[in-house]
Amino acid sequence: MTPPEFDRRAVLKALTATLTILAAGRFTPAAAAERTADTAAASASWTVQTLEAFADTLIPGERRHPGDLPIAGAVTGPGAVQAGAVDVLTSPELPLAPLLPAIGALLDTRAAAYALTHLLLLPPTSPAFVGLPFKHRTALVGGLFDPGDLDRQIWQVLSLMVGLAFDTAAHLDTRQALAGRHPGLAWLGFPAPDADGLWRFPQYSYGRALADLHPATTASGSPA
Amino acid sequence: MTAPETTDVLVIGSGFGGAIPAYHLAAGGARVTVLERGPRLAAADFTHSLRLGTYNRIVDVIQGDGVSVVAANCVGGGSVVYFAASLRAPAFAFERRGGLGRRIWPAALTRANLDPWYDRVEESLPVTRTDWPDVSYAGGVLAAACRRAGRTCNPVPLAVDTGRCTNCNWMLSGCRFDAKRSLLLNYLPGAEAHGATVRPLHEVQLLTPSTVTGYRYAAAYTVLDPGDYGCTAQGGVIHAKVVVLAAGTVGTPVILQRSALALGGIPSAVGRYFSGNGDRVSVADVDEGKARSLLGLSRPDGTAYQGLPIGRPITAASFDHLDPTAPEYSRFTLQQIYFPPLTNLLAQAAGPPPWFGTAKRELRARWRSWLTLLAMTEDDNEGTFGPPPLTGSATRLAPGLGLGTMSYHPTARTRTAWQRADGALREILEKDGLAQVRPWSEDVAATVTAHPIGSARLGDDPATSALTDTHELRGHPGLFVTDGAAVPAALTVNPSLTIAALAERSAPAVTARARQAGVPVTYGAPPPGR
Repeated sequence: MTPPEFDRRAVLKALTATLTILAAGRFTPAAAAERTADTAAASASWTVQTLEAFADTLIPGERRHPGDLPIAGAVTGPGAVQAGAVDVLTSPELPLAPLLPAIGALLDTRAAAYALTHLLLLPPTSPAFVGLPFKHRTALVGGLFDPGDLDRQIWQVLSLMVGLAFDTAAHLDTRQALAGRHPGLAWLGFPAPDADGLWRFPQYSYGRALADLHPATTASGSPA
Repeated sequence: MTAPETTDVLVIGSGFGGAIPAYHLAAGGARVTVLERGPRLAAADFTHSLRLGTYNRIVDVIQGDGVSVVAANCVGGGSVVYFAASLRAPAFAFERRGGLGRRIWPAALTRANLDPWYDRVEESLPVTRTDWPDVSYAGGVLAAACRRAGRTCNPVPLAVDTGRCTNCNWMLSGCRFDAKRSLLLNYLPGAEAHGATVRPLHEVQLLTPSTVTGYRYAAAYTVLDPGDYGCTAQGGVIHAKVVVLAAGTVGTPVILQRSALALGGIPSAVGRYFSGNGDRVSVADVDEGKARSLLGLSRPDGTAYQGLPIGRPITAASFDHLDPTAPEYSRFTLQQIYFPPLTNLLAQAAGPPPWFGTAKRELRARWRSWLTLLAMTEDDNEGTFGPPPLTGSATRLAPGLGLGTMSYHPTARTRTAWQRADGALREILEKDGLAQVRPWSEDVAATVTAHPIGSARLGDDPATSALTDTHELRGHPGLFVTDGAAVPAALTVNPSLTIAALAERSAPAVTARARQAGVPVTYGAPPPGR
């Protein structure tokens, strides 16, 4: 089985160009609102399902509704999909959109090959990767990061974006994300800022000696 | 025809390696121009936000083959985004032999010889010797765990005005409160007060011999679009009598490689011997109950720890493994450190799989109880730089993300050093179940370092060093390299203070060369602002 024809380097550059657009500030609340409707319309699409399933494999969350296929439902509580990972990836604001089918197809091709070698029967009604049970999605994704994997850099950048969506709400100002109870930041217990939007910690230290100093410490506090 | 653009001393880069010589040369009377590829920001511009488009304007991650480097991209360089840990390298670090089998550093450089220059930097920034009330909760957990394991632990000296500091823990984004004593507050304004010009968003691409009488070198630069560093607004050429190249460990060798033909060849050690300072990051998952019962720790609100995001990012370190009599690759500092959750992807749970999936998600739920640790070990200078990109030090993929040309594949000796540091951390932190410690995964970003050094290093042997012991590029009088690239080998501590001390030490030699080139300049300025 051969992967679909496409230029890996172009995909990688487009993935990272996604970051360019985000960083350039075109990710406006108005655009986000439009996107919600678009995303809903697109949620049935093959590619979106595959990307959601990938994000859900990295940081699992609970199913959004009974019969939610991309989210495997491995846990209760929020995961990367709820945190906006795929919302970012599928935004029409991003130049990534034309390449997402190729990335999804690559992942689905890998899933189909995996299913063959593991004698798994895939349902024909969903993308191959989505059709894999969670433990097999996990095993497949683990293999994508083998040092010899040709597409490793694509998965590295995709993973980075999924992680940034959950751990940092990368598409939102942190203060606004916290005010909106961003599921990833809430999961971490990221602290809240002061009323002016800046962080300060008046209490930050146990305030007492907790170890002996190294005997060879110099006057300026360095090692000898 | 317009007159060619000229300066006495051209400084490329405005971090420690650039700002310090720029100050001394300007204060001594030379015309100094500093070209910096990054933007110029001040306290009010620094944001407390993890939204893309904020911190990544001034910090880059450069991905190479087997290594990812965190590097600054702004006026002030690393001093703006670093965590300000200001430690002198232990004496043995200067005596290292590494894979060479003989001393790596030039004979003229020992810890004792560098101490007066360390003194000067500590006074100029200045550096604060901290005490226990300055140590964060996270540093306190490391210290208490060290004591319980029969070890010592020290508060870390910091280039921070602790009176102004709010302990906000946003140091990677630049200091909003002007508490961090970055170069924006001392050497750079000092240089400008003496007439130096600092030009942000000017990226030097190529060095050539000058065609203007009386000038030795010419630098071709591009002016970058502030909204997209990948776009060039315009370009130019500036001629100089002396050049101080301090474009950073990832930038300096690339400029030299690109210029090799025009300069008539460069030393073979340029772009070799790259080191990540032996950096190795681990995350300890601290058991809150054990932090209370074993270490006796309690915060005013009654919690034992849960303090990862609170306080300055580096506050405590153990020097117990800096034994000068121990063999190489077994000496290291263990330091408490905080990274914003940008790097959470790299932390490993018990797994499998270790860095993603359900167990990792559960580990994230205990994020406030993580204790992040940096081991600075002795590596093997095994990194090399491939052919340079057309422009810049790396191919810009996005703001804050570049594709570099460096390769780094840890040798068995480097791996051994890391394993020893890992073992020491386990002895301290896993004792009686206090915590579970695991190094960052190498699956997503390979080896990660914020301390790149060595890519155009000092030495006495022309075969294995690019610079003479006065930082001059071999065979190229008047062309100096004064940044992290010059540091010959891993230091077992954070390198900034050593880079700064070496830059201070280089200033008399740069001044002497400038005087030889006819520049009316003297050396001997007091610390900036005095």
